[in-house]
Amino acid sequence: MALRVLGLTAPSKKPQPWWWGVVALLALFVFTIPLYLDVAELYSISNFLVLAILALSMSFLWGYGGMLSFGQTAFFGLGGYTYAVLALNTGETTSALLIAVLLPMIFAAILGYFMIYGRISDIYFSVITLVVTLILEKGIRATSGDQYVIGSVRLNGQNGIPTTPSLQLPWDAKAQLDIADVFYVAAGLLFVTYIGLRLLLLTRFGRILVSIKENERRSELLGYDTRRYKWLAFVIAGGIAGLAGAMWGIWGNFVGPNMFNLNQAAQVVIWVIVGGKSTLIGPIGGTVAVQYLTDWLGTQGVGQVSLILGIILMVMVLLFQQGLLPSAGIIAAFAKDRLGLTRRGRAS
Amino acid sequence: MSEDVVLETRDLEKRFGGVRAIAGVSFKLRRGELRCLIGPNGAGKSTFFKMLTAQLRPTAGQILFEGADITKLHAHQIGRLGIGIKNQVPDVYDGLTVHENLWLAASAEAKPTAARAKVDEVMARLELGPLAERLVGELAHGQRQWVEFGMVTAREPKIILLDEPTAGMSVEETNRTAQLILEANKSATIVVVEHDMQFIRQIARYVTVFHQGAILAEDTMANIQANQTVKDVYLGKSGSA
Repeated sequence: MALRVLGLTAPSKKPQPWWWGVVALLALFVFTIPLYLDVAELYSISNFLVLAILALSMSFLWGYGGMLSFGQTAFFGLGGYTYAVLALNTGETTSALLIAVLLPMIFAAILGYFMIYGRISDIYFSVITLVVTLILEKGIRATSGDQYVIGSVRLNGQNGIPTTPSLQLPWDAKAQLDIADVFYVAAGLLFVTYIGLRLLLLTRFGRILVSIKENERRSELLGYDTRRYKWLAFVIAGGIAGLAGAMWGIWGNFVGPNMFNLNQAAQVVIWVIVGGKSTLIGPIGGTVAVQYLTDWLGTQGVGQVSLILGIILMVMVLLFQQGLLPSAGIIAAFAKDRLGLTRRGRAS
Repeated sequence: MSEDVVLETRDLEKRFGGVRAIAGVSFKLRRGELRCLIGPNGAGKSTFFKMLTAQLRPTAGQILFEGADITKLHAHQIGRLGIGIKNQVPDVYDGLTVHENLWLAASAEAKPTAARAKVDEVMARLELGPLAERLVGELAHGQRQWVEFGMVTAREPKIILLDEPTAGMSVEETNRTAQLILEANKSATIVVVEHDMQFIRQIARYVTVFHQGAILAEDTMANIQANQTVKDVYLGKSGSA
């Protein structure tokens, strides 16, 4: 298998020691970024990091659970709005952030129960999740009147909530995090999510989840209630997407109905496809690459950013179906083979 | 023979549209038996197996396991009760290693340490040790069949259903499989669907003949071979060799 060339072992295997080394180096690199970049650059990189958390939620669900949820943005938006409404109502942000993770999980639990225990097919799963996020978008857009108030917070329909507060220190409500602080929090949460998911895949739960993606009927015949595992994975992914949504609100001091829209939903799929869903690290790279490109194209006056992104996606789907990272692995395997470096008797 | 019936079906029926694939099968399996199901293609053997394991819902009739009605249970509940099946098409995790395949099977029932021990034991018994870290999808057909057989037995089921366990195997592989089945029969009741008459003679004591979705005959191998009706519908055509 091509991924083995890059040392990317099967998810059930403990990561090799050097993996921890690479992660530590990456963390060191990311956490020193504020030392040599200015605030504006830091601000846009924070955005990538937050969106990468959203990409992880889909990558986990799709790449390891075999469930293509086209509407992870439903939980992303829900997380964002939950945070904004609670933080503005209570003036306290730590619990708002926690509940912004919990509420999307509860929503995912209810939605997932009907979809997964109802045994709908994969295609309907994708369609229903997409429709759910679009319904939420429409619903939020329709809240522009004065009567749409939660506590003291107006939902503002189209305009979103532009007064979403930044995160405070849990022990000091006056200490609001600035742009560099938010960068650290976003980077920290991304690393925690990534390592957490990587370790989750080592557990009994993770291994069974992967087996269901491989062959659900076999897992059932062995006696696993596959619905329970898929449902739990869906709930976990919902929580991660909710976390990303709340962080996005914190990052931009804004939440709006566009968090739920088709464009946003499709972008998550694009990040994961570009990065390659068979790894967790790939989609993080995919998110950063695609978002960086989007931003860069925006400043170049190209005008047709979506068109160019569309072309890139088509090239990816047609030429590098596995995504960037696994494709690099395939090329490395080929090169190794050609150079005769493959050890005899060992399948590469 | 004692009447300790472990599995029974009563007037089991499966219709696909207007076709009665299984037309009222009443079948009894005694504990510890090694039963062979034979019959021409389309006789309903695989459909019968799929109903026993809840992969298909019967249109009518009842399935009883140790006296309890299991007709309406889900596939995973059937698995937990201790009915294991190897489907006709190898049903394994192609993208995972041999070790992981067996671990997933063993872990369905056993605690972590017991599961690990079970995996080692199955690998030793099936001589899969050298292949432990290979992906199952990369293995030869016969080896994949054994991995699946290993998975079914690792679960320590009370009943093992094997749908064409020797399909695509060489003569030596078939002989080895026969031994494995006889060995597994020491702790489990086994039902085998096979076409290979040579193989059936090797293992069978008692044979059920399916024909057009119903049981045509049920007897010892010797009597079945002498049975004129069976010869007409089945053995006469493909099994006389």
